[in-house]
Amino acid sequence: MLLLVAGYLSSRFFRTDEDATVFLPGPTTHGHHQIEMKCAVCHEPWGGVREQSCIDCHGAALAAGDDSHPKAKFTDPRNADRLLAIAADKCVTCHVEHRPEATLAMGVTQPQDLCHQCHAEIAQERPSHKGMSFTTCSSVGCHNYHDNTALYEDFLAKHSTDPATLLQALLPELTAKTKTIAGAGRAPEPDHGIPSGEGGGKILAAWQGSGHATAAVNCTACHAAAGPWKDQPGQDSCTECHKEENAGFREGLHGMRLAQGLTPMQPAMARLPMKPDAAHSALTCTSCHGPHDVDTRRAAVDSCLQCHNDGHSLAYKNSSHYRLWQAELSGTAPAGSGVSCATCHMPREEHVVAGKSVVRPQHNQSLNLRPVEKMARGVCIRCHGLGFTLDSLADPKLGRTNFDGHPGRHVESIDMVLRRRSSSAKPK
Amino acid sequence: MKTSLFIIAGAVAVTTLASMLLSSCGGKEKAAAGISPQSMADALHAVMESDRIVYTKQVVNRLQNEEKIIKASEHWKDEKALPLPAQMFRMGAEMVAEKKKGFTYSLLSEWPINKQNAPKTEAEKNGLSHVGKNKGQNYYTEETLGATKYFTAVYPDVAVAAACVKCHNGHEDSPRTDFVEGDVMGGVVIRIPLSSAK
Repeated sequence: MLLLVAGYLSSRFFRTDEDATVFLPGPTTHGHHQIEMKCAVCHEPWGGVREQSCIDCHGAALAAGDDSHPKAKFTDPRNADRLLAIAADKCVTCHVEHRPEATLAMGVTQPQDLCHQCHAEIAQERPSHKGMSFTTCSSVGCHNYHDNTALYEDFLAKHSTDPATLLQALLPELTAKTKTIAGAGRAPEPDHGIPSGEGGGKILAAWQGSGHATAAVNCTACHAAAGPWKDQPGQDSCTECHKEENAGFREGLHGMRLAQGLTPMQPAMARLPMKPDAAHSALTCTSCHGPHDVDTRRAAVDSCLQCHNDGHSLAYKNSSHYRLWQAELSGTAPAGSGVSCATCHMPREEHVVAGKSVVRPQHNQSLNLRPVEKMARGVCIRCHGLGFTLDSLADPKLGRTNFDGHPGRHVESIDMVLRRRSSSAKPK
Repeated sequence: MKTSLFIIAGAVAVTTLASMLLSSCGGKEKAAAGISPQSMADALHAVMESDRIVYTKQVVNRLQNEEKIIKASEHWKDEKALPLPAQMFRMGAEMVAEKKKGFTYSLLSEWPINKQNAPKTEAEKNGLSHVGKNKGQNYYTEETLGATKYFTAVYPDVAVAAACVKCHNGHEDSPRTDFVEGDVMGGVVIRIPLSSAK
């Protein structure tokens, strides 16, 4: 009998596909469930969670968001007594997996009032906080444990007079990947035979109208990059030139399986509602960007909606954001004034590369998702005032209607800052 | 017979001589002939203090208050400004802590802008009070935190430039508005672990 059980368990142990579920002590959170079968990503062999695993995937994003509670804050020996109460120098103290019954929002497995462990005296420093419950510190749009880049006092004060919608509400223009080839007035010639028939004609037309054609990226560049011709060259052919996009893609929920060497994500594996037709489509670069037309405008909305079937996605086409997008596409509104899915979920980021300022879309569409305040700086305040933004993000109803309508909640933080400063006796 | 006796006697003599010589170097009774914790703390502080004074005077005070070409700001990344001297100090302390060289240091005050930097342990409270009231003196003690015994040194942190008092007097969160140049505004606390506490 024992041999049978042992045999069964060991046969399941060495598989990383879904059949190893017998070893799962409990389901993982939405952020990790795609890779939950590959225990070694997070766990030491036969053991506990490796702290470095958290940092490997999440460290860069935490640092970029100017983490308010980095490990460095807790390593000083003067905090030794606090670490006995709550070991805040370790990610897993507050983020335990496999315990859905004990997991609150943001994957936190500590009581919601954990802030009082170190900030019990806050009412003395900030009389405005007298009487506030510690369960509301990070749940009402005022504070986040990690990313407070849109919420710190001076920033709130700086943006206290912003109108709901800014006069200049335009996204920065994306930096072109390469220069277009001079004399690109004529349709470029393909450097490989095109299959005959309607299918071939479509491929040729799609490619000739694409950004690849104007940049002299011809058939063999992707199909014969590694030598012999391949009809389906696979993702590596994209990665050669699009390293940044690929890296971002693999950090987010779309590409995290590929990042761990697993098969590509399919909508059937998702927890969010997905369109039944798309259930078994593999999620790779060409899922959103057609392989030949590589159309980024299609990738900004239609590609998303070919899979995503939740309330927020289905409500998009009824929203004022979509109306702006339609106006931009039709040419009746300036470029950068429209709001597509990608505007919010793959925001344009300014970087300095070799001394030059470039604007690139962030391909990690999970980066600014949770908590919602993370969307404020990179996305919302490009077009809206900070107060309006915080109110809108704090209203769960607005998320469901895809921001169709005005916020029904008000976040007090800006008012509190202004009250404090106007009654201050400090010399300026 | 005589030869072997001679050899044995010689071996015993050599062994005794060797053990006498070897045991007197770094022997069991006295501490390793090295650097005392106080000397180490003083040396570290000399470096920290000098680096920060150079930054405060030659970078922040000169460029912000004299040349007026760039500001120093708490939110230096957002405002494309210079980090504040205290922030430069803290970033260094955090980097040193990561390198795990055994010691840690921090910047504390009885009148902190960020209340987390107020003195917490008895040694910190006594030390800050002492260096505040006794100009020019440092404060040395030992304390046990967690399971470790530390040599703790507190050094006065003096307002060396106009930039220091101007910002602290005007900051919303500063409990004092009357600092003048030359005042002790807080203290640098250096901790060097001794053995683990019993």
